[in-house]
Amino acid sequence: MAQTLLEVEDLHTQFFTSRGVVRAVDGVSFHVDAGETLGVVGESGCGKTMTALSILRLLPDPGKIVSGRIMFRGNDVTKMTDEEIRDFRGNDVAMIFQDPMTSLNPVTKIGKQIEEAMTAHNRFTETLARGRVIELLKRVRVPAAESRVKDYPHQFSGGMRQRAMIAMGLSNEPSLLIADEPTTALDVTVQAQIIQLMKQLNRELGTAMMLITHNMALVASLCQRVVVMYAGRIVEEGPVDQIFKSPQHPYTWSLLRSVPRVDESRKDRLVSIKGLPPDLSHPPPGCKFHPRCPFVVDRCKVDPEPSLDEVALGQVARCWVLMRNVKQEDVEEAKKSALSKEAAEKLKASTAEVGGDAGG
Amino acid sequence: MAVTAGRPKRGALLPSRLTDATNSRIGSLVLYVIRRLLWMIPVVFFVIVITFILMHSAAGSPWDKSGGRQLSQVIVDNLNKKYGLDKPVFQQFLLYIWNVLHFDFGLSYQYQGKSVVELIGGGWPYTATIGVLAFALIVPIGVGLGVLAALRQNTRVDYATVGFATFSASFPNFVIGSLMIVFFSVLLYKWTGGQFFLPAGGWGLDDHLIMPSVTLALLPIAYTARLTRASTLETIRQDYIRTAWAKGLSERLVVIRHVLKNSLIPVVTTLGPTFAFLVTGSVIVETVFSIPGIGRAFVVAVTSRDYPMILGTTVLFSVIIAAANLVVDVLYVFIDPRVRLT
Repeated sequence: MAQTLLEVEDLHTQFFTSRGVVRAVDGVSFHVDAGETLGVVGESGCGKTMTALSILRLLPDPGKIVSGRIMFRGNDVTKMTDEEIRDFRGNDVAMIFQDPMTSLNPVTKIGKQIEEAMTAHNRFTETLARGRVIELLKRVRVPAAESRVKDYPHQFSGGMRQRAMIAMGLSNEPSLLIADEPTTALDVTVQAQIIQLMKQLNRELGTAMMLITHNMALVASLCQRVVVMYAGRIVEEGPVDQIFKSPQHPYTWSLLRSVPRVDESRKDRLVSIKGLPPDLSHPPPGCKFHPRCPFVVDRCKVDPEPSLDEVALGQVARCWVLMRNVKQEDVEEAKKSALSKEAAEKLKASTAEVGGDAGG
Repeated sequence: MAVTAGRPKRGALLPSRLTDATNSRIGSLVLYVIRRLLWMIPVVFFVIVITFILMHSAAGSPWDKSGGRQLSQVIVDNLNKKYGLDKPVFQQFLLYIWNVLHFDFGLSYQYQGKSVVELIGGGWPYTATIGVLAFALIVPIGVGLGVLAALRQNTRVDYATVGFATFSASFPNFVIGSLMIVFFSVLLYKWTGGQFFLPAGGWGLDDHLIMPSVTLALLPIAYTARLTRASTLETIRQDYIRTAWAKGLSERLVVIRHVLKNSLIPVVTTLGPTFAFLVTGSVIVETVFSIPGIGRAFVVAVTSRDYPMILGTTVLFSVIIAAANLVVDVLYVFIDPRVRLT
């Protein structure tokens, strides 16, 4: 068993707004082992990013870690002094943000911004850091790195900027790299390059990664384990293969159903999850997913949320029903009804037309 | 003064061959400055045109006297002849332009035998000294307070700054000036038995400068502080500031290298026009503190229809404003790498 690098225990992060307390992260526990890649998935607003920002204590106002522990190599991040947390950020754990267009300082040279990440910590001297910048940019495949260190962010394309961000993140050889939707803002071909790059870096450098995304394909190609979050809670966790093969929580199932697949027959519709994630200042009673769940039973609405129980070896889920107990016809029904009637009819009509053309 | 230099169009005056030939940053900057300086000529020309039209369409003549006793028609005719006012307006205009091209701005009607250049040369140094001093107060105090308030948002420092800015922005100059005279000249004189006090008016290169400069600076300080605060607050919330924190930089470095370098860009933009506003003088401050400056001279010239004096000061003001805008635009190149001057 690999050594545990990061252990988050019962983390509660809340935002104290005028509208009430928003429970952005509500009792989350998970761990990241050295060298592994953990995927954290869920829709927008499920607390993924806030979990990550909690780990670095970078929560925006008025967010606060209310309780819980974040153990990194035996030290509790939540109890670190200002100086300790400063040295922890970027050195032990680095983070890459979603939008490379806005995440780099527009008036400072790229090279300087990467160099600064190194000189903030004592690992490299200033001269050494300066030399390493070019080396890092080459490693993340920035062409003509020698001349591009003197460029400003606006002279870089989106993909190049994200490479620069990755270079910055890796500059201190952190043991954990948190990537918050690193490909969301990029176009598809560039996404593939960035994914390839991250895979390679993970293999070459042995940096553990925590990949936050709502892109299931990205999880499948990069991660070993996956944590599924909904409404600030973990609803399912397990090895990637197992989660993809037999998801047990209906939310995980819906997420997977909502990924378009080339190998699927035309009849299987793309499923969209009805509605929106709940308002975290007033979450629904019972299981928080029940208003949107296609397999909801009475118990889900009244009983307190179930605990995360083991459903298979290494796989846990928080559900009264579990997908394996759902009848096959109900699953089929859910696939159909997941589309609104109107949209389904429209789709039907358009496919009939195409089919008719093909027939004629 | 609502005179601002128009931004020139790209490649307006120079053949494209020439601009293409100078690709280097400094080279293109020099070309840009030359082009902007040349553009000031039409700007000043149109300022003269507009001033001329407005001036001559205003009722009254330079020889009207307040009160009942007017000059006799014969004298008025002679005066008109002497100063060329008997000629058609268009001819007067051409003559004026011709003279300006020879740096001759004419004689004042109000002060006999004194040329406009002499009068402006005599008054402007006073105005400019106070203006520059006021500017020297604005930059550290206005910017400093704004940054401090933003970094300590919703604390007492912040509330005090916003309160001070609102207070200074809402009190008129003459009230503040008069209150300062009451306090620092009259009361302070009484309390200290004549030991310490500030002179209420007059001119000297010493404590005479303090009250006028402070009075003049108060309003721009308020505006600068509020703008700096707003801009800094906006910058603090940017993604790249979060990136800077995530790198593990200290607060000092995050603020200096990342926050200020960005948040002060809009502040610099306003400092140009502010500087122009200050060195062109304030009739109120100059009147309250009895300073023989150009701000007062301009207003006196307007009310007495002293045409050459009106034109002379307007031309000076438009040149100052155009130059201040040019300086800001050039500064932009050095503080914001995204800006390209073409």
